[in-house]
Amino acid sequence: MGMTMTQKILAHHANLPSVRAGQLIMADLDMVLGNDITAPVAINEFPKFGKKTVFDKDKVALVPDHFSPNKDIKAAEQCKCLRTFAGEHDITNYFDVGQMGIEHALLPEKGLVGAGDLVIGADSHTCTYGALGAFSTGVGSTDMACGMATGQAWFKVPSAIKFNLTGSFAPYVCGKDLILHIIGMIGVDGALYQSMEFVGEGVANMNIDDRFTVANMAIEAGAKNGIFPVDEVALAYLKEHCPKEPVIYEADPDAEYERVIDIDLSTIKSTVSFPHLPSNTRTIDEVGEVRIDQVVIGSCTNGHISDLRQAAAILKGRKVAKHVRALIFPATQEIWKQAMHEGLFDIFVDSGCAVSTPTCGPCLGGHMGILAEGERAVSTTNRNFVGRMGHVKSEVYLASPAVAAASAVAGYIADPNKVEEV
Amino acid sequence: MQARGTVFRYGDNVDTDVIIPARYLNTSNHKELAQHCMEDIDQNFIKQVKKGDIMVADRNFGCGSSREHAPIAIKESGISCVIARTYARIFYRNAINIGLPILECPEACDGIKAGDVVSVDFSTGTITNETTKKVFHSEPFPPFMQDLISSGGLAGYIAKRGQQA
Repeated sequence: MGMTMTQKILAHHANLPSVRAGQLIMADLDMVLGNDITAPVAINEFPKFGKKTVFDKDKVALVPDHFSPNKDIKAAEQCKCLRTFAGEHDITNYFDVGQMGIEHALLPEKGLVGAGDLVIGADSHTCTYGALGAFSTGVGSTDMACGMATGQAWFKVPSAIKFNLTGSFAPYVCGKDLILHIIGMIGVDGALYQSMEFVGEGVANMNIDDRFTVANMAIEAGAKNGIFPVDEVALAYLKEHCPKEPVIYEADPDAEYERVIDIDLSTIKSTVSFPHLPSNTRTIDEVGEVRIDQVVIGSCTNGHISDLRQAAAILKGRKVAKHVRALIFPATQEIWKQAMHEGLFDIFVDSGCAVSTPTCGPCLGGHMGILAEGERAVSTTNRNFVGRMGHVKSEVYLASPAVAAASAVAGYIADPNKVEEV
Repeated sequence: MQARGTVFRYGDNVDTDVIIPARYLNTSNHKELAQHCMEDIDQNFIKQVKKGDIMVADRNFGCGSSREHAPIAIKESGISCVIARTYARIFYRNAINIGLPILECPEACDGIKAGDVVSVDFSTGTITNETTKKVFHSEPFPPFMQDLISSGGLAGYIAKRGQQA
């Protein structure tokens, strides 16, 4: 029986010639990641594993990105916990404020994830690195502690859903619309325990940022991971960022899939997830008039340079509606600098947006953009659960950077193709 | 290993943001976390829960974030066992790793209401609704997992094995 891309990576890291879906394996880890919310719990657990040092100081990454820059005294204590642990264990890849970015944009940018790697992170959106042909998945803090102590983790080998992509996106449609469309189609548990493997000629028409976005939200369909083949686009990104030689795995022709879903990218429309589930999707023409109070553009899902460019293309020469707060969060310091040099900040600030240092802040209702009772936000983030961005009676509508920017101008959820009419 | 208590009943897709809202994640203190458990969907939960009580839900319990604070808050609140139709995978892993027993049993979910008194035998996987006298069977935990849960989780289990080796 043939193997999927994911199964081949897992087999290699478990030193096995082959694996099959459902098999329990122990695998070697190339990177173990944690942030200021999950790592303190792991650091507390770490001594219980009976190891004095981490398994490899170059293969642990600690990124205080959620409640930092420190939002309050308790958050400051949690960030301090990471800083102290990183110092004691001489952790190479500790990124404090100033070097810090949102972890899932930062690790690929710093070259800490290569094609064919196996990465666990105590953050559910760790699945982002599948865009580079790595197996990466979110785990909890105890698994992170065990990974830091032993360099290994156990896995149940997942079965897979194959998404066969053709065509290319229409103007103002991007990876976010594709993944929201898919989650709307299969549901928030539609890929539970499974891999989502994205293949087909349409992949070549998606830039690397679109792929990061799609892999990032695989977890919102319940998936263990999302993964793309390593093609010229991925290799170009890796060549620029990652010193490691890429290890490329392709699915066997007889690999088994639970489902195969064909999607023509040219048929995807701008898509919005209504409260309170990412699967509660409507295409932009079905939205109706939804007045909004806030727009958030950023996060591990959509804080990349091409996301900011899309937003800027719409905001250029236009003004954010009077009753809307528009907040922009470049995902890393490098992206921040690049956006500044490209003049995107002039566009954002002239239109009435506020530009922030990188942080996960508002995405999880932490800080820097909390919603009051009854308020609504259009956000390029990844979850719209009850109370996710603030008050339990506030609402989050998930969308692409283009829809978010058009909505900021209109003051209600708007189609980027119709922004001229606003 | 057994559990027995009164049931708190929830629906599909109970996400980790409602189990423990992120605004309270600026601490990893178990008792503080437990004080806010389920707050955004059931403000009465923490006032009413007693040690040993049981949580029953439907599909995809624990979806969303990887925060281990979610099963920690549930366990610390006094809940002795969660029964659901299905679980989100990271939550499932985290619950086992911290020693919170969780069972998948759609039949039991069909036959248990809020306020029922339920008992669970983990070695046989038998779930008994004492209120309605109905009995359900889930897959029992294999011995190593029973050992892991009784050791308080993965860390305690590995430390114990290290001492035995």
